[in-house]
Amino acid sequence: MRYSMLIAKKEIKSFFDSPAGYVTLAFFLILTGWFFANPLFLIGQADLRTMFNVVPIIYIFFIPAITMGLISKEKSSGTYETLATFPINDSEIVMGKFFASVGIIAFGLLFTFVHLITILILGKNVDFGQFISGYFGLLLLGSVYSAIGIFGSSLSKNQIVSFLISLIIVIFFYLIQQLVIFLPQFLSAFFQYISTGYHFSNLSRGVIDTRDLIYFFSLIYGFLFLSTKIMESRKW
Amino acid sequence: MIQILNLTKDYDSLRAVDQINFNINEGEIIGFLGPNGAGKSTTLKMMTSFLPPTDGNVIVDDLNIYDNSKEIRKLIGYLPESNPLYMEMTVYEYLEFVSKAREIPESKFKSVLKKTIEKTGLASVISKPISTLSKGYKQRVGLAQAIIHDPKIIILDEPTSGLDPNQIVEIRELIKELGKEKTLIISSHILQEVQAVCDRIVIINKGKIVADGSTEELKAGFKGRNRLHINFIGNANIVDEIPEKIPGTKISSLEKKDMSSEVIVEYSSDSDFRPEIYQWIKSTDIILLEMRREHVSLEEVFHSLTLEGGDSNEI
Repeated sequence: MRYSMLIAKKEIKSFFDSPAGYVTLAFFLILTGWFFANPLFLIGQADLRTMFNVVPIIYIFFIPAITMGLISKEKSSGTYETLATFPINDSEIVMGKFFASVGIIAFGLLFTFVHLITILILGKNVDFGQFISGYFGLLLLGSVYSAIGIFGSSLSKNQIVSFLISLIIVIFFYLIQQLVIFLPQFLSAFFQYISTGYHFSNLSRGVIDTRDLIYFFSLIYGFLFLSTKIMESRKW
Repeated sequence: MIQILNLTKDYDSLRAVDQINFNINEGEIIGFLGPNGAGKSTTLKMMTSFLPPTDGNVIVDDLNIYDNSKEIRKLIGYLPESNPLYMEMTVYEYLEFVSKAREIPESKFKSVLKKTIEKTGLASVISKPISTLSKGYKQRVGLAQAIIHDPKIIILDEPTSGLDPNQIVEIRELIKELGKEKTLIISSHILQEVQAVCDRIVIINKGKIVADGSTEELKAGFKGRNRLHINFIGNANIVDEIPEKIPGTKISSLEKKDMSSEVIVEYSSDSDFRPEIYQWIKSTDIILLEMRREHVSLEEVFHSLTLEGGDSNEI
């Protein structure tokens, strides 16, 4: 755990050391700001619902962009060899990278609190529960996509390839819900269950259900486990 | 201190390291010599637990790489071949990161850092980003990384490759300095390098150890390669009678030039035929211009062992 935090700190620092990090973050904030401000001014809707619905779509590009270099860069530059010969386990390295990504996402979400404050000032009977569970859902969803991104990053030495792999997996989990209507009854329930959107929609409506939590945590665990195995695969 | 037992590594069908065995004693400086692709780096990677062996074991004190990988990694400081560094960090940030990864307590970090940058001469660049440093300085940073936790064993994979001659001298001095108190393993494909700094040389070729010993032992054990160069004026064909007159010698080459000729006579290194050859020259009417014995260089030993598909029985 200590090592994971050390690696997470290093990654977060290097993210904020590069202009690309700020550009990614600014892009995220501009988009979320747009989707908050639009309904607010056009139809006078003082609500975060539109934003909560749009952030998962922004995540599809935003998170693979954050995670693409996390492992692939270490592999391509060879620093992974030094790292792996320190007394650190591969799982600690993977966890460190995961925490870094979740940390950066949390930082991005923190800035969207501006919109929350706006609503608190404008609104009268504000539903706190929904905000809390919505933000919690966004963080969880971000964690799932981060785990997927780290998995993608561990598969290739090339950042672009890593980005594309993560993107495809993330899109799969996002889009699968849109396919449900085309499927026969017995399949649709299954596909609905494995889509991230279905579980996130519960949280964004303010419903915290253990079934959704189990779903999110098992995806996170699964992808981090796979990444660790791939890191260790040099040992097979 | 370190025992390498039957260490073997296969990459798919290619056998990179083939059942090598050797021991390293505490405080020794070992030169691990071989042409590119001989299996040096692979062996070192297995010793540092980066790659698992296909077969065999590495034992450090009472620890082995299967059950005690983490403990062994704590004892070792390792500089990989390509000297990978986090280019966006400053030297200070990097060494701070390494010292944390190496579990150096925060209270000791200042003194450890001071000692390390003193040894490696990094004081003037400590706050610069690594990406802006010259190759020689980058190599020093890599070395600092390998020694910061004061390991008992230091493994350096081609520590001077790609440096200019002055930087090579500097890095060698540094390595010699380190070797005074540590067990040091250096790999190289350059003979002079290991000759300059190592007590003992292990030559590896095609995944097998073909020679193991001190510089002197390697030279001494190398038989049949003493050469006498004789430069003379006169009938060149007369030299053909040398092997008949002096048993044990052999003409290895004869070169006829306009004015003079040069013949190379070979004989085994445990005998000296110079007096007999001189007597023979006196008995003929050729005019001797030069006679010199060629000392077998370690270079030649290395060449013959690695290029001619060396045979370990010969040594």
